[in-house]
Amino acid sequence: MSLHKLTLCELQKQFQAGEVTATEIVRAYFLRIGYVEPKVKAFVTHAKESAFMEAEVLDRKLKGWRKTKPLTGMPLAIKDNICTDGVSTTCSSRMLQSFVPPYDATVIAKLRAQEYILLGKTNLDEFAMGSSTENSAFGPSRNPWNLHCVPGGSSGGSAAAVAAEECVAALGSDTGGSIRQPAAFCGVVGLKPTYGRVSRYGLVAFASSLDQIGPIARNVSDAAFLLQAIAGHDPMDSTSVDRPVPDYMKALQKRDLKTVKVGVPVEFFAEGLDPDVEQSVRAAIGELKQLGAEIKEIRLPRTDAAVAVYYVIATAEASSNLARFDGVKFGFRAKETKDLLDLYMKTRQEGFGPEVKRRIMLGTYVLSAGYYDAYYGKAQAVRTLVCQDFDAAFKEVDLIVTPATPTPLIGRAFEEETILRAAHAYEQSTKWHLKKPTIR
Amino acid sequence: MEITQQDVEKVAQLARLAVSAAEKEIFAKQLTQILGHVDTLSRYDTTGIEPTATVMGHVNVFREDLVRPSLSSEQALANAPEREVDGFVVPKILEER
Amino acid sequence: MADERGASAAVFLAFLSGAAMGAVAALLLAPQAGSESRDRLRGYARRAEHDLRDLAGRAGEVFEDVVDQGKEFVETKQSVLREAFDAGREAMRRERGRTSDEGPDRTTFGLSANSQTCPVCLGLPGSLPVINRTAVEMAVRAGLALNCTIAANNRFARKNYFYPDLPKGYQISQYESPICEHGWIEVCDSSGGTTRIRIRRAHLEEDAGKNIHETGTSGSRVDLNRAGTPLLEIVTEPDMHSADEVVAYLKGLREILMYLDVCDGNMEEGSFRCEPNLSLRPSGQKEFGTKVELKNINSFKYVKDAVEYEIKRQTKVLTEGGKIRQETRLWNIERGETAVMRSKEEAHDYRYFPDPDLVPLKLDEEWIEGFRACQPELPAVRTRRFVSDYGLPDYDATILTASKGMADYFEACAERFPQPKVVSNWVMGELMRELNNSGTDIAVSPVTPERLVSLLQLVDRGVISLKVAREIFPELYSGGKVPEQIVDEKGLTQVSDEGALDQIITEVLNKNPAQVAQFKEGKQQVLGFLVGQVMKTSGGKANPGKVNELLRKKLG
Repeated sequence: MSLHKLTLCELQKQFQAGEVTATEIVRAYFLRIGYVEPKVKAFVTHAKESAFMEAEVLDRKLKGWRKTKPLTGMPLAIKDNICTDGVSTTCSSRMLQSFVPPYDATVIAKLRAQEYILLGKTNLDEFAMGSSTENSAFGPSRNPWNLHCVPGGSSGGSAAAVAAEECVAALGSDTGGSIRQPAAFCGVVGLKPTYGRVSRYGLVAFASSLDQIGPIARNVSDAAFLLQAIAGHDPMDSTSVDRPVPDYMKALQKRDLKTVKVGVPVEFFAEGLDPDVEQSVRAAIGELKQLGAEIKEIRLPRTDAAVAVYYVIATAEASSNLARFDGVKFGFRAKETKDLLDLYMKTRQEGFGPEVKRRIMLGTYVLSAGYYDAYYGKAQAVRTLVCQDFDAAFKEVDLIVTPATPTPLIGRAFEEETILRAAHAYEQSTKWHLKKPTIR
Repeated sequence: MEITQQDVEKVAQLARLAVSAAEKEIFAKQLTQILGHVDTLSRYDTTGIEPTATVMGHVNVFREDLVRPSLSSEQALANAPEREVDGFVVPKILEER
Repeated sequence: MADERGASAAVFLAFLSGAAMGAVAALLLAPQAGSESRDRLRGYARRAEHDLRDLAGRAGEVFEDVVDQGKEFVETKQSVLREAFDAGREAMRRERGRTSDEGPDRTTFGLSANSQTCPVCLGLPGSLPVINRTAVEMAVRAGLALNCTIAANNRFARKNYFYPDLPKGYQISQYESPICEHGWIEVCDSSGGTTRIRIRRAHLEEDAGKNIHETGTSGSRVDLNRAGTPLLEIVTEPDMHSADEVVAYLKGLREILMYLDVCDGNMEEGSFRCEPNLSLRPSGQKEFGTKVELKNINSFKYVKDAVEYEIKRQTKVLTEGGKIRQETRLWNIERGETAVMRSKEEAHDYRYFPDPDLVPLKLDEEWIEGFRACQPELPAVRTRRFVSDYGLPDYDATILTASKGMADYFEACAERFPQPKVVSNWVMGELMRELNNSGTDIAVSPVTPERLVSLLQLVDRGVISLKVAREIFPELYSGGKVPEQIVDEKGLTQVSDEGALDQIITEVLNKNPAQVAQFKEGKQQVLGFLVGQVMKTSGGKANPGKVNELLRKKLG
């Protein structure tokens, strides 16, 4: 069996047992990448040379003294908006085409400490703004299940790379569905952890109060395994929360869902829902019930406001976060400008793509004098109302199931283990995760 | 709320984003449309509701006043589009901030 | 330039990187009667040399013309000029809060550009700020000393604008809720009394980098060493009425901040900066005139010069019927004048919003009170205590408490040698002279309080004379020896031994029979001459008191 077919947990077991070397793993993956990447186009940057070097160093070291960490030798792909020291981090933008960070994001430092191997940086919608991975300055990625389809986005490159077995697992980032939606599109497992669970330090910010890094993997166990490696408090990120990280793998051991209450929000099953979608979601709910979960109808009356709230808050924060791309300290600079103002204006005009510009424009507008209260202030207040809805719902249930692509399963804050447990139980009782795309 | 091309121009200036005539037209249309949707927010009564600016509700996160190693100036300047000796170079600044 | 970040190298997690604090001080001149104003203008003129005298004189005339013509901005005949000096500003200062001050990492001002940075202060994509605890504590302590209310709920906001020295395209600052508000300090006014300057607010923010403009090059260079260091901006109400008051305020403020040990007070290096805002208005007018902000002022002298220049300039504009533009003007040291920076045409729209990268800062009452309880004694209070507790004259108390270092030195001596006035004389006299000559800070005086006290004790015990003590002080200062050693080595010990003195006295009396006879006839003054002769013969070492006593006995 080719190494690239193994899940993270399987590969990890073989490697830890000394049945396979890091170099063999890296070789297998670059073979696979060489074969499917021209069709899938999941990567922006391949780290082939450094991957082979790291593998060789690892193998030599392990020959002398076999002491490993959980992720030692595991070949991962990283979304290209997460900073990697010495490896270019482009955000799929012309603006950062030549940017090489002099530091590692905290998640990367954690993976490095566990001796992972970086295979490459994956494609995304420019600055994570989009849901198809078509808004990339370096061309779109494809869905491995059907090369004529998009892989979703913005973590489309990571999701496609996992689905096409170009890496054993990957990291993505999620602001408004950017892990969950492409994971769904590509038939892999993606999780947006609770805000504050994983450090954002080194994640190029899109919307600071919503961004979160999370795992994209082939099955729930792999996702749990990877989340374990990246979760935890980081003093470099004021918004990261200082709470103990539970043992996610242990949470998966419970194979039934007795004592788990699952909420089904009536608002989501209103008119207009595609009958096929409704049918399959209802089937899945039935499956959960079979596994012992108690199903309850709940209400989330103000969720329809969430999208408008998201639009305002995400773009406002983005307009400010993207101000640093001005052609002075790093990244792209327009040529032949007549003065400083001209340099700013042209650099940003030529460096950003249309979607990014649109969001900067909207964000700037909603924060500008005279409109702040009507838009930004209002959105922050309505956000409180939306939170109240969820708080009330989670007093009654442990999980919420929805028919929406980005968020099929929602759990309480900092209770990722409950989501993982339910998803794992569901996965074990169905066979979806064993299906593989044929790439042609 | 109708966003005019003049509005677009003003916002683009604030955002330091040069926009072509075609972009002005497109942005005016798109912003009008999106803001039309955003206006649904006004349906919600938010009197006395505290805005949510940070999500998790914790306060007082500090770092201690410790000195850490610095990047070298070579590293600091490595990504600069234009540099001279030890500084980032910009066109001569004549304007106040 | 380097800054405190460099107090050792860079700050890794930089937002409030531990070092700097700045302060804005604002000021404004209140209305005065016309005649006084005219006098005051003339006063400025005298201080600011001839060219101003000319103008001040003309200002009066022109104004009277204007009044006669009924120009609207001058209401009555009385109203000559009313300087409304608006809100000035600014005293920035750096905290000395660096933990490490040893080793090669120590901050030195002027280290090479961009050599003390980290991903956070460079605003690199992905980097995030974290609040420096020490900066918040220093801000609270400064606020308490300035009699401010400390805000319980603080949020940091982003102030969005583009400028090359601002690496993130926004500055982290406080907008709606400054950490300190509604305070005041008392400063000496020109008549010798005190006047109260109200503090409007003081807020924490991050410093920007530095744009370096060199003549003869096509571009400007940006140095981000300073970017991200914490800074406290202190803004006053428009309460100042003259350049002298501005300087008095700044000096008073600086003294307090240095007493608190939150700022080294260095203006040249930008630890303490000032951006005065200034406006004039006709007498009787309630509304302030249009204000102008002055920048690039890095010494008290320049504060005074720039403010005076600007008063002169605005006076001229107004008297000629012109309008003051709201703008920022740079003080040009070489030319001794202010010049406008090209100002942007668009209105500022900073789009402030709460920084989502930072969580709220809640300061509870108990914590604040804890700081209040351990605030050091401030200069004004200490001056009063020096008068009441040590019985020192006002003059001595004021000089001794002008700096914390000197006041501490005095108290260290007075504790061991409880004759405060004697200590005061020595500190203000001999010691200050030597310190000034060598440009040494009293904190590192080679004559420690212990050594000064030893010297004073030698005098007190009659071992050496006051004269000898004064003579050997320079050596004590430069030699690194204890006083006893110097006295011993030079054989300067005062002779008090009766046997030894008796011999000398006998010798002197024998040599001066005429004077002895005069004394015996009742001419008491002759005694002085005889004492002098004994002193001379002893090489200055005889104890004068003892000599006096023995002479009287012998002659008597």
